[in-house]
Amino acid sequence: MSLKEKLVSSFMAFENMVDIDSPVHDIRTEAIKSFETEGFPTKRQEAWKYTSLNLVLKHDYSVFPKHENALEFKDVKKYFIHEIDCYKIIFIDGKYSSHLSQTTHDGIDVCLMSAALSKPKYRLVIENYFNKIASKDGLSSLNTAFSAEGAYIHIPKNKLVEKPIQIIHFSTGNEAALMLQPRNLVVVGENSHVQIIERHQSLTDNPVLTNSVTEIFTNKRAIVDYYKIQNDRESASLIDNTFVNQKQESLAKVHTFSFGGKLIRNNLNFYQNGERIDSTMKGITIIGNKQHVDHNTLVHHIEPNCESHQDYKGIFDDSSTGVFNGKVVVEKEAQKTNAFQANNNILISDKASINTKPQLEIFADDVKCSHGCTIGQLDESAMFYLRSRGIPEKEARALLMFAFSNNVLDSVKIPEIKNRITKIIANKLGVNIGFDL
Amino acid sequence: MLKINNLHASVEDKAILKGINLHVKPGEVHAIMGPNGSGKSTLASVVAGKEEYEVDEGEILLNGENIDELGPEERAHKGVFLSFQYPVEIPGVSVTNFMKTAINETRKAKGLEDMPANEMLKMIREKSEMLEIDRKFLSRSLNEGFSGGEKKRNEIFQMAMLEPKLAILDETDSGLDIDALRIVANGVNKLKSKDNAVIVITHYQRLLDYIVPDYVHVLHDGKIVKSGSKDLAHELEAKGYDWIKEEVNA
Repeated sequence: MSLKEKLVSSFMAFENMVDIDSPVHDIRTEAIKSFETEGFPTKRQEAWKYTSLNLVLKHDYSVFPKHENALEFKDVKKYFIHEIDCYKIIFIDGKYSSHLSQTTHDGIDVCLMSAALSKPKYRLVIENYFNKIASKDGLSSLNTAFSAEGAYIHIPKNKLVEKPIQIIHFSTGNEAALMLQPRNLVVVGENSHVQIIERHQSLTDNPVLTNSVTEIFTNKRAIVDYYKIQNDRESASLIDNTFVNQKQESLAKVHTFSFGGKLIRNNLNFYQNGERIDSTMKGITIIGNKQHVDHNTLVHHIEPNCESHQDYKGIFDDSSTGVFNGKVVVEKEAQKTNAFQANNNILISDKASINTKPQLEIFADDVKCSHGCTIGQLDESAMFYLRSRGIPEKEARALLMFAFSNNVLDSVKIPEIKNRITKIIANKLGVNIGFDL
Repeated sequence: MLKINNLHASVEDKAILKGINLHVKPGEVHAIMGPNGSGKSTLASVVAGKEEYEVDEGEILLNGENIDELGPEERAHKGVFLSFQYPVEIPGVSVTNFMKTAINETRKAKGLEDMPANEMLKMIREKSEMLEIDRKFLSRSLNEGFSGGEKKRNEIFQMAMLEPKLAILDETDSGLDIDALRIVANGVNKLKSKDNAVIVITHYQRLLDYIVPDYVHVLHDGKIVKSGSKDLAHELEAKGYDWIKEEVNA
């Protein structure tokens, strides 16, 4: 039985576990039909031309984990940004871990999707926001069909949420192969500000495939800073589908740090529904071996006077492969749009490759749109300069790569995250530079 | 200190150095002059270990050791310093962090611990004051957006920090106004001792008024064709290079 068939046939078993009378269940039923029709994407589709899911779909994944598993904080502490006080929404093999979490209902809701989908007090928010912007493609539909658990974050208006929120999905390896469908909803009210850190971490080398959907709504003048730390084992794959719907004068920033995993596909979509909106997407990708990272971004400029900024850096070693596909659509009404896109890459090995493709569809005539992509090697004259000052080749190389990706970290507002990322990079490059950039 | 014997070097099969002989003893200042394209910068790069140059014949001995097989960083650890004619811009790395890395990597190579932070700061302060470098300048990205003069001053600042045994200044005077030239030259003079040596590569005699050489060599078509005292530099300034070319051809 193929994974698709297995998923479709397990939907009935899934129905026994959830409330089938809730309005959400109609959405799920629609979604499983849609998945049945669409299936998994293949390389024949333009948006998947350079990324094949074949290798990750071949495992016999458990769709629902059989056991509830526990983890001790001390054993997984290193995956947390533990230096600062945070709200935490933690899952182990797809199940909520109250032991590791720290949720709140004190003026804001930082809790569970399962609660939000079942309790009457959340009904209005769910009706207004749930599955309103997620796309209807096969993967998102699959997630919607099995949507039961994930993070639910609702910030009412005029709240500055000082503590960042960490969402971590651990997989313990107790299943021989595990597929997860986390579903997150983030609704940020007018003038509110929230910071979110998301991470997926496998603890063994058993294969894990995560197909995640996150819907983010930023209301007027709201600010969202979202950090995705993708530094998983090479047995774990992640398909991240994130949809951001912005209202006027809101500011949404998504940083994606992709350092590990077998296959990572980031589908990151921004829809600007209002004026003077700012959307920022930044990323650093540093991979090696046979790893594959694919950034597929979309910014839909619908109204006038908005901005979007994309800045993705990639460093590819060994036989790793990268894809950047950045689409910017500027509607006819979206005059005075300022859209900027950059994708710069360094290939360290002869076998590494990157496919980068900017895609601009501009229907307005008074806009500023720029895009640029570069693929290169490290500057040899810079290498000689550093080495002539006594910095050995490996360290010089690392220093230049740090410098290359450094400006992406400028917009990271939480110093502990910046530190953590710097350390991960140093670790990836196998050096101890001796200072934090 | 430095002994170059019959050095032949080429880049992409094009011969540039065609038999250089040079002997530099501790405490000496040598000037190498010569027209454009005579091989001055190549000589500097080959001694510093730039890998795109191929040494075809001859040898470079540093304190008796053949350094031909050593990488640029290993030569730096042994005390070779090249002040670049065109210092490379490195966005994203501050001057201070760059110096810290360079000094501590050099110490590591010698089996020493990292320099304590307070000692490093003190040294940075002293050396930057000596070269009249603004402190703010040190937190800027290395050479990025620096003026020509700032870049050259920064090179000598690095030299002061690294305290090399053999410093090669490749056209450090180009792009400097007279005040900057004086500051840079004073810096070099303060660093001079009986234990280290300086090779000054220049087109013009101007810098040699400040950094007075013990020997002046004229490089032409990959060979040292004339050597003399500092008076030779004055003669070149007055008469140009043509008479040397004629002498060589005769």
